[in-house]
Amino acid sequence: MYGGGYIFDEPDKRQLKEEQLHDDPEKLVEFEARIARGEKIEPGDWMPSEYRRQLIRLIEQHAHSEIIGALPEGTWITRAPGFKRKLALIAKVQDEIGHGQLLYNAAETLGKSREAMINDLLSGKSKYSNVFNYPAETWADVTVIGFLIDAAAIVNQVANAKGSYGPYCRALERICYEESFHLKQGHDAFIELATGTPAQRAMVQDALNRWWQPIMHFFGPPDKNSVHSEKLMQWKVKMASNDDMRNQFLDAYVPKIWDLGLSLPDENLKKDPVTGKWCYSDPDWDLFKKVINGGGPCNKERLDVRKWAEEHGRWVRKALMNPAEKTTAPVA
Amino acid sequence: MTRNEAISQMLTAMADDALIQGHRNSEWTGLGPIMEEDIAFSSMAQDKIGHAWALYRILHENLGGTEPDRFAFLRGEKDYRCCHLVEMPNGEYDFSLVRHFLFDHAEAVRWEHLQQSTFEPLALTARKLKGEIKYHTLHANAWITQLCRAGEESYARMQSALNVCFPLALGIFEPSPEAETLLVNEKIYAGEATLKEQWLDRTYNILSVAGLNLPSEGSVTPAYGGRKGYHTEYLQPLLDEMGYVFRLDPEAVW
Repeated sequence: MYGGGYIFDEPDKRQLKEEQLHDDPEKLVEFEARIARGEKIEPGDWMPSEYRRQLIRLIEQHAHSEIIGALPEGTWITRAPGFKRKLALIAKVQDEIGHGQLLYNAAETLGKSREAMINDLLSGKSKYSNVFNYPAETWADVTVIGFLIDAAAIVNQVANAKGSYGPYCRALERICYEESFHLKQGHDAFIELATGTPAQRAMVQDALNRWWQPIMHFFGPPDKNSVHSEKLMQWKVKMASNDDMRNQFLDAYVPKIWDLGLSLPDENLKKDPVTGKWCYSDPDWDLFKKVINGGGPCNKERLDVRKWAEEHGRWVRKALMNPAEKTTAPVA
Repeated sequence: MTRNEAISQMLTAMADDALIQGHRNSEWTGLGPIMEEDIAFSSMAQDKIGHAWALYRILHENLGGTEPDRFAFLRGEKDYRCCHLVEMPNGEYDFSLVRHFLFDHAEAVRWEHLQQSTFEPLALTARKLKGEIKYHTLHANAWITQLCRAGEESYARMQSALNVCFPLALGIFEPSPEAETLLVNEKIYAGEATLKEQWLDRTYNILSVAGLNLPSEGSVTPAYGGRKGYHTEYLQPLLDEMGYVFRLDPEAVW
């Protein structure tokens, strides 16, 4: 699960100038022509250094979002009510870790190792989707995440799957296929609560109220405030604007929520009948920035879990790196 | 004790083992030493919990037992029949891996025998599960062998985890004389002593290849009690957690 929009940083101008000196202008013309023709760029192909840098950043942060995103829901696996929900949730969270694996592999084709990426995650240098810095307080939160955050992620990922970098697009095609099942399981569990006992309905309404702002943040700052890189659009690294994706999401899911008799905590939320666009109150973008920079309710907790896994698994990884004798097949 | 009571007792023990082991496996989600192991333990968790569910359904549908969700999520601690091995917290990866190795080989031996059970629902399930458990033992064998050959630290960790797990694992085969006699006579299963011998043979062979010493059975005290409802201090908190949402309203559909 991943939301884009705030992942493209402004490069250090001096460094960029230096790197661009090494970018052959003729090759650049050919590269841009290939993208314009709809061709995919593959790992061994020539690419400008800024394209490589932004893609590593994009795919790496997407990968981190998958493995960190597994945590808020993962804490509910052991508490999931009943066999059906428990099995579905384990399978779902397992898929998310699997997506992380696919994406780290895709990013590695650009020249950064998985270890380096994990190290940057742990040091705070590399970010992940902001939405996972909020706590999953109740079982209803799991259903809201599984339904609405997965839905939001699909909007983003379907767009990215049409991008220009071959390995990332192929990983995303598979990921989108699995995410559509996640959405179904989230929707099913959400409906069960929304049509359940008064206590279950209250639980899901409470979860919606708490998750609405993080969901509105999910696609990133409004287009008017975000520094648009035309280059990244031209290179098909960034595939859709934040506001367009947010609108697409609202259009598809707000009516579904309202149909269930549930409310959303924004009295300005409505569709403009003339423009067909959704109107809403601006979420608190200062809070968004604060959470990205480590000030959210769960930033520390999420990274602490990953640090535990890294520290306690170190002996295993060390042993795998230096086997005294290699085995090539399991001993049956 | 009637035939059906004896079968129910055996199935409850098997299902509770699978459920609690599955629960422990699922706790590795997000915490594995490498992502591939995270995925492997999640996958085995699904299989184990699925096996438990299949057995609870047999209890419910063929033997007049309680509906599976209620049976699994609402019983009191004393009514569980799992062995102590599966109750233990995950600890480090070494403990979890060796437990998985010992437990899954025991499962493999048991389910292979049950393919010939005269209790048809169980024999059918056994044939269905065979394929899944094969991958669990392959996974455990590969990792045990690999880590034992990968230097001093990981070898030492494997051996000490084995020393801790072995007496606990003997608890899988805790005898229940009255039910066993009945079940063996009815050819419903082979009896704990027979299964244990085969399990020792198999695990011994793999551990020898890996250079590990299986402690001798006589030198340790088997961790018995689970089959009679006496549990470690770790089971109650696990059950509290597992039933947390379900108990909010057991009559509701979740």
